[in-house]
Amino acid sequence: MSEETLTPTPAHEGEGGRRIGVYVCHCGGNISDYVDVEKVVDGIRDNGDVIVSRTTMFACSEASQQDIEADIKANDLDGLVVASCSPKLHTYTFRGVASRAGLNPYEYTQVNIREQCSWVHTDDRAGATAKATALVSAGIGRTRNTVPLEPMVVDTTPHTLVIGGGVAGLRAAIGLADVGLKVTVVEREVAVGGWVKTLGMMYPHGKDGRVLIDTLVAEVKKRPSITVLTGAEVVGKAGSFGNYRMNIRVGGEGAGTIEILVGSVVVATGFDNYAPGDGEFGFGSEGVLTLPQFKEMVDAAKGPLTWKGRPVRSVAYIYCVGSRSTGGCSNQYCSRFCCASTVQTAVQLSGLDASVRQFHLYRDMRTYGKFEPLYTEARDAGSVFLKFDNDEPPTVAMGANGKLTVTVRDLLTERTELALPVDLVVLVTGMVPRANQELVDVLKVPKGGDGFFNEIHPKLRPVETTVDGVLIAGACQGPKTSAEAVTQALAAVTQSAAILKKGYTEMEPLVAVIDADACTACGDCLSTCPYDAIKMSEDGERHFAVIDAASCKGCGGCVSYCPENAIDLLGYTDDEISEMIADMIEVPV
Amino acid sequence: MTAHAAEPGSADGFVPRILVFTTNNISDPGVDLAGSSHMHYSPGVNVITLPCTSGIRPSWIIGALEKGFDGVFIATDGEECAYLHDCSKRSNRVVQVAQSTVKQRGIDASRIRVAAICSVCAEPFTKHMTTFSAALRAMGPQRAG
Repeated sequence: MSEETLTPTPAHEGEGGRRIGVYVCHCGGNISDYVDVEKVVDGIRDNGDVIVSRTTMFACSEASQQDIEADIKANDLDGLVVASCSPKLHTYTFRGVASRAGLNPYEYTQVNIREQCSWVHTDDRAGATAKATALVSAGIGRTRNTVPLEPMVVDTTPHTLVIGGGVAGLRAAIGLADVGLKVTVVEREVAVGGWVKTLGMMYPHGKDGRVLIDTLVAEVKKRPSITVLTGAEVVGKAGSFGNYRMNIRVGGEGAGTIEILVGSVVVATGFDNYAPGDGEFGFGSEGVLTLPQFKEMVDAAKGPLTWKGRPVRSVAYIYCVGSRSTGGCSNQYCSRFCCASTVQTAVQLSGLDASVRQFHLYRDMRTYGKFEPLYTEARDAGSVFLKFDNDEPPTVAMGANGKLTVTVRDLLTERTELALPVDLVVLVTGMVPRANQELVDVLKVPKGGDGFFNEIHPKLRPVETTVDGVLIAGACQGPKTSAEAVTQALAAVTQSAAILKKGYTEMEPLVAVIDADACTACGDCLSTCPYDAIKMSEDGERHFAVIDAASCKGCGGCVSYCPENAIDLLGYTDDEISEMIADMIEVPV
Repeated sequence: MTAHAAEPGSADGFVPRILVFTTNNISDPGVDLAGSSHMHYSPGVNVITLPCTSGIRPSWIIGALEKGFDGVFIATDGEECAYLHDCSKRSNRVVQVAQSTVKQRGIDASRIRVAAICSVCAEPFTKHMTTFSAALRAMGPQRAG
């Protein structure tokens, strides 16, 4: 069931014309104040194949929906056009109307005469009316060429692969097991735990990272449906949505691989710490550390800090290193966790040694949300905050005496130049995407310009990717705190459950199809699909390309590469689009 | 509201017809936003929406100009396309094929324009339509007579 090509039935051939219903919406007055909707209906009434044509006050109202359903049944309509608002708002509403009336939902066309007509031509009633007529005409033209399509039903495997055994991956595994899914966790390192396992006290409540991971690992061990593979890497992915065959290499380079069948994949591969370049804010000099290095020292300390056997009396923190283009670095994003992490570490250090002097050289202090009190706490404990301008970032110099001096102009005291002799300089480094191109090549999950994985929609579909069933959670999607990573992990659990607990899934059938008769097997299309949906097939002597409907994303990227014009994207076929263009231009504006 | 884009009352009554290709997820929402913000452009602008502009057949662009559209504007996703990382390259290829074909047929290739329009690019889109409309008005109708 997982691999199939879609061959729509040309159900309307030889029937002597279509039976189309057309509804033009007033949208209260949102459309009819600027478009003469009656005139639009007059303009298309005599178009061929139009059986019913009416205006309606609110097409989306319950009453109107019932009227349309009644019309479809009474007139045996085989096509439906509603001209109203943007398709983003009501395509599914009217597909539902069609379905309820026994009409295939893919025989429906939504025409946008509000956002793209009445509202942009409020000053030109004649022009707007003519344009609306042209758009409705094109909608009818498209509908004349639609064919009934069925959603693709794919059986799914109730098993999820979690890639990455950090805080997000472990928490996802527990959640997945608790909703009744089988789970395999693949961790590249020899032990699970990720970065959090290396941390001591973490904000906001001072919980120890090592303890957090131990707690999660204990919970994982209680659940027999979770398998953890360490020293393992994902090296291959085949199959399609609902049934991915994943190849996992266990035991390092050259070791053998195992194959597991999974319904979904949660990618929780985390981040890397930004590594400053040689000389970047003095990096490479004795006593210049990154935040993770410094944090490790503070976590390990039982009393006042020492460095190379000498007591640490003063520390300067330089914020935003490797983030926000600071000092000309190439990362534009804010790493989000680092302000609060640094401030928390400073409070931790003050607790070990109240007399240590701490200078925070920052661009903007972003201890956002519930972390703001940490900033006050650090100030109360004696930390001094100095704001610098990114056009004039601080400089770090090593004197002949082996002493570090940080020079900064403080924006809040009239750009006074201050030279601070300090024992340690801490570069507050942010997060960078993991260098794991091999995994990217296997999963084919798109990355953004910043190198982190891209979700489909930041608000509405925050853990889904364009690869169906492959979900992203945690810092692999972008810099975030461990709490936020876990929140996303649980979102990915819910999304996996939504996909897999039914046992099957329905997919939009708007995929590309190849006319095998027109195909000359030239192979030009094969390399155009980054999702590997196109393959060569044969029927006896004849060779031709086929598209696996379940792997096809429906972008149409292959269409224009076919020299024989043998590829069509369903819902956007050559017949449909060509007729829309012809019908639009026929109505004069 | 500033002066609107269309000058329907131009002396000869010529309102250039522009076919715009947008994408379901990125550029069409940008064009919708121009509407919800009540910006104005010429009613000669008609939009057809696809999943991705790299799926445009050059024949649609060429056919539109030959059938009577005065210009074709491809509103791509730029670097934001969720389907194809090389979407810009692919879309530009489609445009180049169409441009070189229409040139051979005696049609000015500058009647085909392409620009990235994001999901909040309402104002840039409106400006594109205004300037394109003006340029096409200066060029005159694609299909004379």
